[in-house]
Amino acid sequence: MHRWAPPRAILLSWAVLLVLLALTIMLAYQPLGTFNAPIALAIATTKALIVAAIFMELRERGPLMIVFASAGFIWLAILLWLAWVDFLTRPGFPPR
Amino acid sequence: MPEAQPAFQFADLRQQHEAAQLGIWTFLASEVLLFGGLILAYSVYRYGYSADFAAAGRETKIVIGTLNTAILLTSSFLVAWAVAAAKFDLNWLSAVLLVAAAILGVLFLGLKGYEYREEYHEHLVPGINFHFEAPHRRGAELFFIFYYVATGLHALHVSVGIAVLLVIARAARRCAYSSQYHAPITVAGLYWHFVDVVWIFLFALIYLPGRSG
Repeated sequence: MHRWAPPRAILLSWAVLLVLLALTIMLAYQPLGTFNAPIALAIATTKALIVAAIFMELRERGPLMIVFASAGFIWLAILLWLAWVDFLTRPGFPPR
Repeated sequence: MPEAQPAFQFADLRQQHEAAQLGIWTFLASEVLLFGGLILAYSVYRYGYSADFAAAGRETKIVIGTLNTAILLTSSFLVAWAVAAAKFDLNWLSAVLLVAAAILGVLFLGLKGYEYREEYHEHLVPGINFHFEAPHRRGAELFFIFYYVATGLHALHVSVGIAVLLVIARAARRCAYSSQYHAPITVAGLYWHFVDVVWIFLFALIYLPGRSG
């Protein structure tokens, strides 16, 4: 492998990301009922993790960097959790 | 090429790079919460108006959305490659790859603009000319408000990213980076990849709902 060639991990990730894109579109057109949305989100999360681990080089970083990289998502999880606790248990939502 | 020196407040280049990366990740955490507020609003209304959101999702342009996703994923690949090249002291290659990634970014914005135009002609712009089949109108309007705010905010990030990539490409052309000194190109890359990650989620939330119905 020449120095100017793309590193194997980066090249492979790119291919996998495009395959996942094709897969998520194919699955979106299958009538899977309530499973369509979780599958789409699971594939999106997988793609995001590949970008974070390989393209953003998080797999080469130490624990401190992982904590900083995760911080936003942890706060977002708390935001979504507390908000959903309200809306999912609220009678008469949505107002028609 | 002279040996790269750390700024005076750092013990060495390694520490300086680590500080730069912690800094950009902290900024990106604030970006997660900026887009997170929109995602929260989306999730609440999708729960409340699931049939309307499915009907509205079917009206989005899946071909352009898919093409744009592939374009951003490819540009991210080029930027990751550019960072790797810079660490091998291949500044010329970095510069070429960054410019190529920036061109893909411009292509993304062009397609996005074309998509907005088509939607305007199809009367899908809330507040200007929104028309939708009556039973799904209420939720569909909320969906398209989310669509324009989220994709507009994302497009702004893509525009900033293109400018950042071009500035870094110019520095690379002047051989600014090396195996010892590559913090700026790494940080710029992290920003561009984050913009890509945001789009990965927006794609799943905007273009995929309701396709099987």
